Amino acid sequence: MRGRTAQSTALFVAAVVAVVLFAGAGASAQALPGQVLSGQVLAFDRSKGNCLTCHDIKGGDAPGNVGPALADMKARFPDRKELAAIVFDETRRNPQTVMPPFGRNLILTDGEIEAIVDFLYTR
Amino acid sequence: MRISRAIAIMIAALVVAGARPAAAADSIDPDADFKAFRDYFTKLFPNVPLNDFVNGPYSMDADLRKQWQAIDDFPPYDFAIDRGKEMFGTPFKNGKSYGDCFADKGIGVRQNYPYFDLKTGEVITLELALNRCREANGEEPYSYVKDEMASLTAYMAFTSRGKPFDIKIPNDPRALAAYQKGEEYFYARRGQLNFSCASCHVQNPGNHIRTEVLAPALGIVAAMPIYRSEWNGMGTMSRRLVTCNSQVRGVPLKPQDELYRDVEYYLSYMSNGLPISGPGARP
Repeated sequence: MRGRTAQSTALFVAAVVAVVLFAGAGASAQALPGQVLSGQVLAFDRSKGNCLTCHDIKGGDAPGNVGPALADMKARFPDRKELAAIVFDETRRNPQTVMPPFGRNLILTDGEIEAIVDFLYTR
Repeated sequence: MRISRAIAIMIAALVVAGARPAAAADSIDPDADFKAFRDYFTKLFPNVPLNDFVNGPYSMDADLRKQWQAIDDFPPYDFAIDRGKEMFGTPFKNGKSYGDCFADKGIGVRQNYPYFDLKTGEVITLELALNRCREANGEEPYSYVKDEMASLTAYMAFTSRGKPFDIKIPNDPRALAAYQKGEEYFYARRGQLNFSCASCHVQNPGNHIRTEVLAPALGIVAAMPIYRSEWNGMGTMSRRLVTCNSQVRGVPLKPQDELYRDVEYYLSYMSNGLPISGPGARP
């Protein structure tokens, strides 16, 4: 996994653009090959991160409450590697978690996880 | 996160896939499981009356209950009960009918299913019994996931409403093995999403996934079959199990696979004493 702390702002802009362009059309992440997919699109897409199913995230509709709300993320997880590791496979830290191991089970690539962490740092 | 979830986690931890050695067969104790299972749910939801668990998400969420009560004057499963009643009363080509295959002519017997058949050494669910009845009388079996089967089981559940589940595990190692296999399947993680049945229905009953309220495993079988608005139609127990497996991006078994029947056996035993509430309506 690569670090991109300086790029979060640029990626957020990309996220907003991508949401405007694609979210309304209900496009899935797979339908956009070769595009730089924004963290927000990945986080909200049901076939990708699908974070809203279990977590409240500012800007998302009808969130679930199985997991904690994803807010103040930068303060709560100053080490982005820790946050990325949770998305990659939280069962390593907590074997009883119901959170899917998004990285280990190949639901998200390392790059997609990094994009989602960038997005979460804006919440 | 609720503190008391730790108990469920302990239950789950005991039976994590493969973690429970097959050699420990003499440790199978359905009565102890039953007590721990019921205690877990009743302690987690001290304000939910025991018999209300059969109403699934409505027992967990006041707003959802209001919406349900608003539609219950004209329940969406009524057509299935009517159709099932007509099918049930119509003789096969050989002149016999469904009632001839069941105790008490099939009226008010749903609470006794599934049962363990000592002759064939397998779990017999209501859906399987209905298709075997058809085949024994020269008729083609129905799909386990379509409307005909849902109509028949809807009618049979309706004539059994309020009767408490009375599932027996005969003192036979094959019956205990079936129970144990069902229990292990229920707690084993599977699919790309890595969920067990228990991840949602034991660890998270009452919690929301998006707008959906997760039903408690206690009593979950009592409402079958169900009309689901999400499906825009009726669904059998078979359909529920197959779609659950698909939703966690796992590979579903064939409807009425022996393992699915074992799961239904385990879950129904856990619901012993709770009243049949089916057919049910769910969002």
